[in-house]
Amino acid sequence: MYAVATWFILLVMVLTLVRAVQGPTLYDRILAVNACGTMTVLFIAVLGFLSGRPEFLDVALTYALINFIGTVAVMKYFKYGNLGHGGQTEEERP
Amino acid sequence: MTILHLLLDGLSWLFLLGGSFFCLTGAVGLLRMPDFFTRVHGAGVIDGLGCGMILLGLIFQAPTLLIAIKLILMFLFLIVTGPTAVHALAQAALHGGVKLLPDTSRADHLQHEARAEASETESPA
Repeated sequence: MYAVATWFILLVMVLTLVRAVQGPTLYDRILAVNACGTMTVLFIAVLGFLSGRPEFLDVALTYALINFIGTVAVMKYFKYGNLGHGGQTEEERP
Repeated sequence: MTILHLLLDGLSWLFLLGGSFFCLTGAVGLLRMPDFFTRVHGAGVIDGLGCGMILLGLIFQAPTLLIAIKLILMFLFLIVTGPTAVHALAQAALHGGVKLLPDTSRADHLQHEARAEASETESPA
């Protein structure tokens, strides 16, 4: 049961990485890496259950948080040019 | 093997296999769709449906209550933030100038609106 899910998740990770390499725009690559990160979370969780140590869920939960914040940080970097930007451009301030 | 164990195992198999199938479908969609904005749907399926079903399948196999609670927390977090991040990426791409396929409906109207809004905010007040 877990072995089947593990193989499927590995296959999906390879497919998303193909899109990450191939994607013509930047946003394709960010999308694919985000999907690969989500599959990594699932992979850690399923592998933990497979080896009889469900304590790996802590690692999976942490990486789920990091993946989300990392994706948003990369998008912010590519929009504003640096990560220290508050998120409001000069023209939008009253 | 009691009936309850059989039932839980059956449900776990169902959700794990279904979740794997949806993840594979999303990945194939991510690879084969013709345009960026159609690929966003594939990534949304992976994040929302595939992830959710696999985690639900794991919840039925949790040996203790603490592990089930952790899995439920992960499930809630991932089904909220997964599609949100993908949607934010799609909006960033729309404002960033990724072209829509010309034969998707309302495509030119949306792109024109986004461009008009972007040029309004860029002009000095």
